[in-house]
Amino acid sequence: MITLSKVSKIFRASGEAIQAVDDVNLSINQGEIFGVIGYSGAGKSTLIRMLNGLETPTEGSVVVAEHNISKIKGAMLRKARQEISMIFQHFNLLWSRTVHENISFPLEIAGMPKNERDARVKELINLVGLEGRGNAYPSQLSGGQKQRVGIARALANDPKVLLCDEATSALDPQTTDSILELLVDINKRLGLTIVLITHEMHVIRKICHRVAVMESGRIVELGPVLDVFRNPAQQITKRFVRQVTEPEATKEAIVHLAERYPEGKVIQLTFVGESTENPLIANLIRNFDLDVNIVQGKISQTQNGSYGTLYIHIDGKNDEITRALEYIEKQQVGVEVIDNE
Amino acid sequence: MNEGLFPNIDWQDIIEATNETLYMTGISVVATFVLGILLGLVLFLTSKDNVWENRTINFIISAFVNIFRSIPFIILIVLLIPFTKAIVHTMIGENAALPALIIGAAPFYARLVEIGLREIDKGVIEAAKSMGARTGTIIWKVLLPESMPALVSGITVTAIALVGYTAMAGVIGAGGLGNLAYLDGYQRNHNDVTLVATIIILIIVFILQFIGDFVTSKLDKR
Repeated sequence: MITLSKVSKIFRASGEAIQAVDDVNLSINQGEIFGVIGYSGAGKSTLIRMLNGLETPTEGSVVVAEHNISKIKGAMLRKARQEISMIFQHFNLLWSRTVHENISFPLEIAGMPKNERDARVKELINLVGLEGRGNAYPSQLSGGQKQRVGIARALANDPKVLLCDEATSALDPQTTDSILELLVDINKRLGLTIVLITHEMHVIRKICHRVAVMESGRIVELGPVLDVFRNPAQQITKRFVRQVTEPEATKEAIVHLAERYPEGKVIQLTFVGESTENPLIANLIRNFDLDVNIVQGKISQTQNGSYGTLYIHIDGKNDEITRALEYIEKQQVGVEVIDNE
Repeated sequence: MNEGLFPNIDWQDIIEATNETLYMTGISVVATFVLGILLGLVLFLTSKDNVWENRTINFIISAFVNIFRSIPFIILIVLLIPFTKAIVHTMIGENAALPALIIGAAPFYARLVEIGLREIDKGVIEAAKSMGARTGTIIWKVLLPESMPALVSGITVTAIALVGYTAMAGVIGAGGLGNLAYLDGYQRNHNDVTLVATIIILIIVFILQFIGDFVTSKLDKR
């Protein structure tokens, strides 16, 4: 559905060249929810804007839904853009138009007659759950409702691809979840390909099938979300994964524990898929002469399965601990000993 | 009553002069609105990072606007005499004032239009582009509606300035309340005529401001 080959983008500002995107190769499948995560300035925003021609690559080619976006111009590009919709962090609704009129806008651009437009807009208002709000102005809506209007507007012309430019970054956690659920629902119902960029790993975990991690214009890691969660290769990816698996309180709890029990070890266990259901702790206590103390645990649901982390403190004879660690590793569970220092 | 407070007033003259002032203001406001929006749009669209980015055109229009905005109106009228004669064929009467009024006010309004357009959220224009809108659609359906409150409050300010300009034009023979106040009020020392002309101009200005504020607040759905 989307193919980027050797895509680079260099911005020239007052004599200085800034490499925003650096030799990116990427291919996104039809019906996939693909996430790009990175900190601000990583080039993800430029990357997504090249997918609908708001930016043109300095080098390389961008093909989306069989349109060679990086080459076409004028009427061809405008036609292609009707198949590649976009939603935005700040919604970008027209304040001068009602909800109904905002959703109608892309249909006007596509040249649909008025009576057909009205019927289509009603359908879309129902699809995004804004029944009865058609005559409200954007200023009368909450952030979540505004993004629903943005989504309805983006879906108006039956696009093949939906681009989400930090679509939930301006929303509170609860509203974020409801918008994400709406996106998953749309993806399943309409078979729409969704590309989203974000700096929140939570968003990736919740709805994406695959994820690309961007750092200084490059894709440094790419794979199915669960794989990336299980085996983050890059330092930056580990940091993003920790956003979800390791709440702030964990660090404090570990420090506290280390002070209270200078003996023994704090261990991080990582469970993926079926292994989340094994009675590992019970087996540890039964088979080894150890004290086991649960510090903190969490199971997260992703689109391709569950993923859990558990922090435990074990105390006992050193060789007993070593044997226990070997045993855990055999259970297809990731083990990492956390240094107390 | 005429003999009491206003001994020198001929109400027929006052009504006629008021009509002339309203006529000059009305026509020039409409023409300034259209011309100013056109110039303002060109200024905005040819500026940096915009759809018709073009430094040369932007520079020329900008220079034109700045020059005509800076010339004091009374001098502009004199400078434009050959131009006015060429298109209106006279220097006397309300129509003779129109070219100078419009050329004096349109560049001023064009700047206000440009400011109004710049205040539109860039993201909204980008959203329209991402939907495949052509530039004409962006102008008619995004730029103009989204800046309409600014355009209306801008034309209100300009209209009030134009009322003042018509009075100045009146002094050199264009008719209207300014002409009456100068010829009858000042030169024949009829202070009551000057006073009445002033009061009527004030009333016109207040009404314009009221209408402008009302329309702006009705349009603004933010």
